[in-house]
Amino acid sequence: MPTNSTLEQAVVLLSGNEAIARGAYEAGVAVAAGYPGTPSTEIIEALVRYPDIWVQWSPNEKVALEVVIGASFAGARTLVAMKHVGLNVAADPFLTFCYMSTNGGTVIVSADDPGMHSSQNEQDNRQYGRMARTPVLVPSDSQEAKSFTEAAFDISERFATPVILRSTTRLSHGRSPVKLGVRKEAARRLAFERNPERFVTLPAHARSWHPRVEERLDALRQFAEDCPFNRLEWGSKEIGFVTGGVAYQYVKEAFPEASVLKLGLAYPIPRELIRRFASEVRYLFVVEEGDPFWEELILAQGVKVAGQGVAGPCVFPRVGELSVEIVRSAVKEFLGAGSASASAGDRQARAGKGAAETVSLPARPPVLCPGCPHRGVFYVLAKHHLIATGDIGCYTLGAAPPFNNIDTCTCMGSSIGHALGLEKALGREFSRRAVAVIGDSTFVHSGIAPLIDVVYNRGTVTVIILDNGTTAMTGHQGHPASGWDARRQPAPRIDLEALCRACGVNDVQVVDSYDLKAVERAIKAAVAREEPSVVIARRPCVLLPGMRKPPIRFLPEKCIDCGACFRLGCPALEKNGRRPRLNEVLCTGCLMCVQLCKPGALIAQEA
Amino acid sequence: MVEVTSRSRPERIDNVVIASVGGQGGILATRILASLFLNQGWEVKTSEVHGMAQRGGSVETHVRRGQRVHSPLVPRGEADLLLALEQLEGLRYLPWLRPGGLCVCSTERIAPVSVTLGNQAYPGEIRETLGQTVGTLVWVDALGIAREAGNVRAANVALLGALSPFIDASEQEWQEAIWADLPERVRAVNLAAFRMARELTTAEMGRGKA
Repeated sequence: MPTNSTLEQAVVLLSGNEAIARGAYEAGVAVAAGYPGTPSTEIIEALVRYPDIWVQWSPNEKVALEVVIGASFAGARTLVAMKHVGLNVAADPFLTFCYMSTNGGTVIVSADDPGMHSSQNEQDNRQYGRMARTPVLVPSDSQEAKSFTEAAFDISERFATPVILRSTTRLSHGRSPVKLGVRKEAARRLAFERNPERFVTLPAHARSWHPRVEERLDALRQFAEDCPFNRLEWGSKEIGFVTGGVAYQYVKEAFPEASVLKLGLAYPIPRELIRRFASEVRYLFVVEEGDPFWEELILAQGVKVAGQGVAGPCVFPRVGELSVEIVRSAVKEFLGAGSASASAGDRQARAGKGAAETVSLPARPPVLCPGCPHRGVFYVLAKHHLIATGDIGCYTLGAAPPFNNIDTCTCMGSSIGHALGLEKALGREFSRRAVAVIGDSTFVHSGIAPLIDVVYNRGTVTVIILDNGTTAMTGHQGHPASGWDARRQPAPRIDLEALCRACGVNDVQVVDSYDLKAVERAIKAAVAREEPSVVIARRPCVLLPGMRKPPIRFLPEKCIDCGACFRLGCPALEKNGRRPRLNEVLCTGCLMCVQLCKPGALIAQEA
Repeated sequence: MVEVTSRSRPERIDNVVIASVGGQGGILATRILASLFLNQGWEVKTSEVHGMAQRGGSVETHVRRGQRVHSPLVPRGEADLLLALEQLEGLRYLPWLRPGGLCVCSTERIAPVSVTLGNQAYPGEIRETLGQTVGTLVWVDALGIAREAGNVRAANVALLGALSPFIDASEQEWQEAIWADLPERVRAVNLAAFRMARELTTAEMGRGKA
């Protein structure tokens, strides 16, 4: 993204995430924090390109928001970016911050992932706005992503509330033209003025805040009626749509002639405007990606709408993403059938049908990369039939064939807590055949507290920290144990070994993930012990610069067709009957397969 | 090597679907194409999927241009161009191509994990299937061209070279788009791969007419 001031007023192609960053920059944001998570990651990465903003990766979303709250107390404009599930981690400070009210404008970006392209659920974070009484803005293209972000700071300061900017995958990772503007240099004096009644959450203080929050919501409801981001687009009055976000684009393409009420402010909704719109059109549809959020709010004021079937016909699916085709066919079918409609179950079944048509082709799910240092660990876990509680990161892919070796996974940091819970339910013997696996970034994010829990509650869990030195899944961001920061500058490195020992773990081993024998020895020893153990399997991610080595060589005359090399499941070794076919473009020269090939048919390339 | 089989020339390329395997550079190809269209004064929208898809998974991106573009996604069966960086992915996204559309497909073959493990077979005769279905098929040894240009990683840009004769844009315009989206150190190699593929395709199309 251009940062050069000569490009002001230029029209450039930006992703939604880059546009959010640009909007924050132009609005004079001073402090930004986040934790990487698809589809939100590039917001912080884009902000890094502007030198006069403090930008950081935090250990997790809760900490990121707390940093931003502190900066807001000082009067700074602040932004915090996270994926939808990140707001669950940050929910504790978030809901109280909404009581405390902002000083400097605060934008909380929630990048939702309908369709779960890279997420464990598809929660709709407009709901958090309703729970916290916080305005939610929903841009529908990159230009709006920029202008809504700028406006969000103003709304935040005007109503002294944080503002949620809800993006979705197709906005965050879509690109469309954006007109650049200039940065409003902050004409604000930053200072912290002591005011415990405002900044300290004692029940006595908080009690006086809640009524103010309700008053604020009434003011926001009035604001919604006149908010320029809620737009009436009159067309034929036969069909009217209430929609917003990317769904608006699908509606405009599918029914260019229809009337549309586009909600840019998702919460609170403009009740009067909706009533007026509803009274003028014959059929009223609500098209929204995610929950029937607007549908419920509109029904609650006695207006009849067709949407996801909350209290009327089920026209649109409740699951997955929308598309032009889904909107077009659903509305036509509904009108054609004269308002008789399919059951919600039918609707969901049909939504999934597109994917089924190509089912005869071999699927191509994501896999551990060739040369991935986690592969050796999973090879050992599979060889010894160890149960593995898992976590969020590349290594969740250990659940896929040939390892099939992740047995549980809920959220960031879940592996260690699950392992302790299983041990408490099943007895210590369980931990003699089980391990908890967690990445280095995830361990710092939310693995430390459960490790302390294992020690404190006398568990005997073995934790394997898969330390590849980066947050690899989201594209190689730094974290407190990586040694570099958000700007790729050297940063103090948290010593994981010392940290684990300080948590009370006496048995801490460090091994090279590529050294299969060493990994096996360490894990066998660790699970055998009747005390908490940590094995740090360390080797930088193979996708980091300089990690690739020349491909290995395959000597077919030495191959005895034993098939041992396939146990690694490396994508660079294709099964050709009982012997491997080496893909030299994919091979990274990690030499793990060389260690498994007894007859020496797979060898390192001579220098 | 480039081979062109044509039953009908595509009259417009407004909707593009790019199919690739994570790590091949499908997203970069998407950005270059989008930059080219934007510089030509079109409204452009793209859509990509990241995250899990980076790890050797199937990656699908969309590019749309027009006077006014709403949805960032190309509806199924409405793509004018299917650009496939890998054979099987070409076959997988074939339903997105409209009848008579253009398919530019790399001969590169990357076996999915079910195939490397020997549980499923890599489909045979992909070239024949595509040739019989699409309006125009451009079948490109993109890896070979990129290797000759100096770096196999330029295969994605080589495919753009093979596609370029079908888009109304000068070599200068292409060069600007490629340079804008690539770091300095790899520009020369990529431009060389682009030019080689562009020339091979143009020559092949000339032969087809004669």
